[in-house]
Order: sequence, then C-alpha cells, then structure tokens
Amino acid sequence: MLLQDFLTESTERFPDKVAVILRGHRLTYGELERRANRLAWALIDLGVKRGERVAVFLDNSLESVIALFGILKAGAVFVILSAAAKAAKVEYILSHCGARVLISHCNKHEVLRNLKLPGLVKIMIGEDEAGQSPPDVSWSQVMTAGAADHCPPRRNIDLDLAALIYTSGSTADPKGVMLTHLNMVSAATSIISYLKNTPDDIIMNVLPLSFDYGLYQVLMAVKFGGTVVLEKSFVYPYAVIDKMIRERVSGFPLVPTIAAILLQLESLKNYTFSSLRYITNTGGALPESHISRLRDLFPKVAIYSMYGLTECKRVSYLPPEELDRRPNSVGRPMPNVEAFIVDEQGNEIDEPGRIGELVVRGSNVMRGYWQDPEETARVLRPGRYPGDVVLYTGDYFKMDEEGYLFFVGRKDDLIKTRGERVSPREVENVLHQIDGVLEALVIGVPDDLLGQAVKAFIMLQEGKMLSEKEIIAYCMDKLEFFMVPKFVEFLTEFPRTATGKIDRRAMAMREERLNSLFANKV
Amino acid sequence: MKEIEKQIKDFIFENFLIGQSTRDLKNDVSFLDEGIIDSTGMLELVAFIENTYGIVVEDEELIPENLDSINRIIAYLERKGCLFSKLRG
Repeated sequence: MLLQDFLTESTERFPDKVAVILRGHRLTYGELERRANRLAWALIDLGVKRGERVAVFLDNSLESVIALFGILKAGAVFVILSAAAKAAKVEYILSHCGARVLISHCNKHEVLRNLKLPGLVKIMIGEDEAGQSPPDVSWSQVMTAGAADHCPPRRNIDLDLAALIYTSGSTADPKGVMLTHLNMVSAATSIISYLKNTPDDIIMNVLPLSFDYGLYQVLMAVKFGGTVVLEKSFVYPYAVIDKMIRERVSGFPLVPTIAAILLQLESLKNYTFSSLRYITNTGGALPESHISRLRDLFPKVAIYSMYGLTECKRVSYLPPEELDRRPNSVGRPMPNVEAFIVDEQGNEIDEPGRIGELVVRGSNVMRGYWQDPEETARVLRPGRYPGDVVLYTGDYFKMDEEGYLFFVGRKDDLIKTRGERVSPREVENVLHQIDGVLEALVIGVPDDLLGQAVKAFIMLQEGKMLSEKEIIAYCMDKLEFFMVPKFVEFLTEFPRTATGKIDRRAMAMREERLNSLFANKV
Repeated sequence: MKEIEKQIKDFIFENFLIGQSTRDLKNDVSFLDEGIIDSTGMLELVAFIENTYGIVVEDEELIPENLDSINRIIAYLERKGCLFSKLRG
C-alpha cells in the first residue's frame, strides 16, 4: 500500500464527505482527490521524476493537504518546511534535499526573496503584489488549467521514499529523516488501531504539518475516512475551543505546552465537550499534576500518554485505563512494534528498573538520514537477528515488572521545548556568528509552560559589549521562534573538561542546583 | 489613542520583533497570519494589556476579533470602556 492510497480509498467510500475543514472552508474527499490529481499532473509536466523531492512551505492550510497528496501521486517525495523557518534554514533544507519544486504562498515572499537556488521551480499560491518576484507557476493555474482530474499512473512501490522530515539532531544542522511509504503506512495503521479511530472521528489539529505529530493527524484522518479540523496554531485558545464544540471534535492531540495553556483557562470548566472521545499527548511528558487536572476537566475523555521520535514516528502508548496506576509511564510498544532496553554494550536488559537506552524494531523505522551515512550508522545498527536493523533512540528508559516503559532522559543533550526538539549546537552555531561572542553554550532549563526553556551562556570577547536583547534579536532573525533562547546569561569563564572543552554537564548541573535553591526559597 | 497605539507597538517590538525596529508594523496586520505571536506570546500580551490598562481579559475574550492586530486591540480596549474618553475628548 502507498500513502496516497489512503486518499483514493476514502474517496471511493465517502466522495462527498468533508475531509478537511479550515477557517470555514470545507473540502470533501472527492474534491481533495481531484485537486491532488491536478497538482500531480502539473508536477509531472514540470518534469518531476519518481523519487525527486518537492518542498512545501505553507501555514496549515487546505493547500498544504492538497500538496502533500499531489506530490505523492506524482511519485515524488514531500518535504514540509516549518512555516516559521527563516531564510537561512529554508535555503539549507531546499538545497540539502535537492528540491526540484517548491510550493509556497505569496505571504512567504520576505523569506524566499533572496533564495539562491536557480534550478528550483516555484509554484506560488495567492495574489502576487506588484514588485514581487513572479512565480514560475501559479497555483490557480495548476488548479484550473483544464488539467486531468484522474489519478496519474502509479510509479512507486512501498519501499520508495514518501517523505523527508527534517528534525534536529545532535549535530548543528537539521537532518532529513527518510521515510518510505511502508514506514508511514505502518505507523499510521498501528496508531489508528490503538486509538480505535472510525470514520466518525473528527480531529482538531493545531500542530504544524512540518511536525510529524501534526502531519499524521491529517494522514490518519484521511486513512480512516474521518474529518480533520486544521488550525494554524493555538494562539487563540477560545477560537479553537469554540470550533471543537461546533464541529463536534472527537480527538484532540496535545503537546505539553498546549496542555499547560489549556489548564490556565479558568472558564474551561464551563464548557461541555460532549463529543470529545480522546486526548493524546507526546513530544514530552505531561507533569502528573497536569494529568490529574486534565482528567478533572475531561472526565469522560480517554487520555493517551505516548512516546516517539521522528525516526520511527511512534514507539509506545499507555492504554488510558492504566493512567491512574502509572501516570508517569509512556506505556508499551504499539502494535507491530518491538522495543527493548540495552546497556552500554548493547546487551538487552530485562531487570525491571535498570536504566538503559531504548531500541526500537519495526516497519515504522526510517531508512536513515538523507545524505548522512555517518549519523545513520550511529542510530541504525544491526539487531538481534541476521540482517535485522534496529533504531537506537538516544533516550534512556527503564521498565517496570510488567514491561511498561518509563522515560528517564536524553543520552545527548537535545532540548525538548514546546514539544519540539532543539539541538543546542544549532543555536550555538548562530550565537557564534555574532560579532563579539567568544564562546557560547546552550542548555535546556526546566520551564512550567514550555517543558524546557532554551538558555544561552555567553562569554564575550575582551572589550566587547553586547546586551541580552541584542543576542536575542540576532537569534530571532536566524532561528525559528522555539529555538530562540528565552534566557541569556553572560559569563567570564566556563567550566572545562580535561581537554579544555566547555563542560556541558557541569553547566547543566550548576543550573539544576540554582533551580532547586530557588525552588526551596519560594 | 496615539498613546495607546504606541504603547502596544512598543510592547510588540520589544518582545516579539526584537531588533526588527526598522520593520513597519501596520495597525491592521494580523499577528496570527504574520506569525508575529505564538501561543505563549499571546499569554504575555494579555498580561501586558491587563497590567497596563487595568482591565481583566476574560478567557472567552481571547479570540482573534479582540486581539489579532493593533487596531483590534484598540477597539477591544474601547469596548471594555476603559480610560479613553479623556484621551479622545
């Protein structure tokens, strides 16, 4: 099965059912299928070949859903850029993945203006204002040019790539996670089976489609023939809540930051979410206190704590009925996935409570990182059976007597903030570009709202003066908002390791000590 | 009115558009569409409005109609009946 078959099959079953709702616009399966087909033909006419990359740089929109299915139908690989990405990152990813075509909107003109990618064809949505660079192809042209409505012939098999999802890793540059049709169909199928989705489900998605958790809300809803209500963000919580009630939403995926904002809304208790069936959380653990308050607010709603990483989408989920017994567990492996804990030598640990690295085996495990065999070899390693390949997650876990998994911490120092992974090195790289910065170190510090907040420590060159604001301003220009340091502290020296490198662990421990001191005082 | 406009603009530039003071922020630009404010930023903006203008922003008032541009915030403050009669008079 290929990923785009989700759409074709649901269109056959429910041609007139609404598949996607966005800001009052409703797109039926039939219409989604036709528009995706038109885009697919347009891409083929532009010369896009099987396996070539087509990038999407859009806010959550009907067009972004049409785009991803259209790209798949053309036999190409979709790459969804974060709508918040800045010029340098957009250029990096487009050139790194060798995108042939970019689908974007005129409102992204500022970011795209100085792109230096001569071979790239741009399909642009929206009215082109005077003075802006004209698109190579306009979206409306693609959608109306009398193009064929039928599906182009299949060019792929399920071992072909369906998507590259860029994510932060331990290196400075984001990495492109290569996912085949088989990977994504497998993950979607397993998740749908444990969430027990049916065509009656209506999902509220406020998460960006560049984030796999947001993307899968769309893919899965299309697979089970449900409806997805897309929102650009959770900036106006009551607008979202209002829509949830009006559209009779039954599934609401959260990250910890959204849960924290929800719980701050005092009048939420006055609303009745009679159609809401389940809430899911991933992208960081929910504090126990938040879980119990969510349960009070949504007494009849099943709450799923889950764990995963882009490299395999999802690993485990906690059956909602287990939540009272083990609120801090992320459960057991989802259907068709195996997970086990290994020690430093790679030997399986079966003693309950002993900490080791979590290893995942399943057809959801990625093919590797795009054009990065070294990083790929670091995380994809031989498994216990001949020819087997397993994923080393880089996350420390332990298991209880009944095999339930508990997240302990990261093996590397990736920061988890707002449900996103942030590579300290990516932020440090930007800090080092600032004139006057001698050395910089970035760590995550605990934060009630964000999970972790990004904190930068900076040592200035002698005689240079820089303010916290100037540092943050520079970062805002170069980094997506969730990577921008929330705190900046200037230091005159760093703790060092024996080899003279900055001692990251020592800095993290110093922060922890300060935090606990502060916590005791309040 | 000009005073309020300036206060809100200053707050936005100091907190969400740091260092982009050259960028022109028109009064009718949507914070959401332009990606100027994220969900935690909205909480900061609300706290600022409450502290500066001595009003309480009810949870239900956290909707784009009230808060999604400088003009909308000004109109919202006006509807809340706070303090402008003198300034306008």
